[in-house]
Amino acid sequence: MPTSLAELAKILNAWVDERIDLSGVRELIRHKVVPVHRHTVWYYFGGMTLFLFIIQVLTGILLLLYYRPSAEEAFESVQFIVTEVEFGWLIRSIHSWSANLLVATMMIHLFSVYFTQAYRKPREITWLSGMSLFGIFLFFGFSGYLLPWNELAYFATKVGTDVAGQVPVVGHLMARVLRGGDDVTGATLSRFYGFHVAILPLATTAILGLHLFLVQKQGMSVPPEIERSGQPLRTMPFVPSFLLRDLVGWLSALAVLGALAAYFPWELGVKADPFAPAPAGIRPEWYFMYMFQTLKYIPAKIGPIDGEVVGVLGFGLGGLFLLLVPFLDRKTARGEKSPLFFWIGVGIVTYIVVLSVLGYVAPGGK
Amino acid sequence: MEPLASSRRGFVNFLLGSGFGAMAVWMLYPVLRYLIPPKSGEATIASVPVPWKPAEIKANSGRIFKFGSQPGILVKTPAGDLRAFAATCTHLNCTVQYREEKQDIWCACHNGIYDLNGKNVSGPPPRPLEPYKVNVKGDQIVVSKGA
Ligand code: FES
Repeated sequence: MPTSLAELAKILNAWVDERIDLSGVRELIRHKVVPVHRHTVWYYFGGMTLFLFIIQVLTGILLLLYYRPSAEEAFESVQFIVTEVEFGWLIRSIHSWSANLLVATMMIHLFSVYFTQAYRKPREITWLSGMSLFGIFLFFGFSGYLLPWNELAYFATKVGTDVAGQVPVVGHLMARVLRGGDDVTGATLSRFYGFHVAILPLATTAILGLHLFLVQKQGMSVPPEIERSGQPLRTMPFVPSFLLRDLVGWLSALAVLGALAAYFPWELGVKADPFAPAPAGIRPEWYFMYMFQTLKYIPAKIGPIDGEVVGVLGFGLGGLFLLLVPFLDRKTARGEKSPLFFWIGVGIVTYIVVLSVLGYVAPGGK
Repeated sequence: MEPLASSRRGFVNFLLGSGFGAMAVWMLYPVLRYLIPPKSGEATIASVPVPWKPAEIKANSGRIFKFGSQPGILVKTPAGDLRAFAATCTHLNCTVQYREEKQDIWCACHNGIYDLNGKNVSGPPPRPLEPYKVNVKGDQIVVSKGA
């Protein structure tokens, strides 16, 4: 008889090892290291995003048990969750807060990878898969925002899908496919629900799998500036040193999340009414704010073209630039300094920050 | 000359490849069509009675009414004229509202402003609101398309 838990684990391990050779996994754990330099802190944000994603999956599954995806019942079912179900308010609040933190850590991760040029050869596929995940998570946020079927989300979705409709040639079809019809209705809600709980999770699982596999396979990228300095590179073992630090980060994130969810429960707002005017103070989630604010500033017509078409094309080009940066940035690929791409990155970040802040402070109300 | 076996293999590969390709298209096509929602069966509406009496509506006010499945806005100008427009903002689809203090039609989404003729006067909207015709028959207000 095994006398202690450790002994039991050992026996179990040996049992599995006899059937499936685990030496590869053991090797991996033993040899995986994380480079130590002055940018090491940025390595934590990918793992943090992953952690928040796991929270999303768990709380999302719990919310599924009570949520009803129809225009007649969605708002009421969320109301039921937050008022009647025990700890329902907490689960829902965590899901909303965690979604927002996730987008924040994901953006930090994205731009830290950008500025440390970790996208360069041989990690182009990792970058592409990461950018796909970025798009998927934004869509997660966009579709999830509508699910409570409240006024703010209703109009945000009208605007958001209409923005997609501005894309030349295919826009109209795209908007129809997104909305499940010509307008934002219960059909849109069904569709967004399908995206949110089935299609996007499936896509995430596949692409996240690839992303993590590549990170394992290639290890962490060392910023070129550190590589060039020629000093011997220090490393720390992933297990346990980095993992334990990760864990500290995750536990702190959990604490922050718990505090936010408990002290600032996510609001539900008023039920959407297709025959009410858009309320003053209408706004999307903060991570779409810079786009939303830009749309306010673009004039109605730029030459012969409608202003918003120009806006949509601009954002499209910006996204495409980020997606393709590993192939555009030839200098970094050759191991040279690449100030141009550094400053473009600074420009993008500044633009996003300034416009987002304006979105919250600039007047433009009633 | 290629050896016979290899050209035969090439041929078989070609058959297999194009067979699978055709099959993929054959399976994908219905799925793609399925994703595009059918046109709604609703007949396009030409006119609707609004649920208020002319006397109920005070000057310098506006209300949203249902024009079929779309919102319309009925405005009574400060001078007492009744006017109606589609309430859908020409910018990005939000629903507009009447502002009594400014005596204009306002879209909260991106601060678009229309005057009382439905003309876009400020902000991002690229076109005027679609105007409707207003007929008062006794106690009833009827709004119809094509002003
Ligand atoms: S939707 Fe009306 S101003 Fe943008």
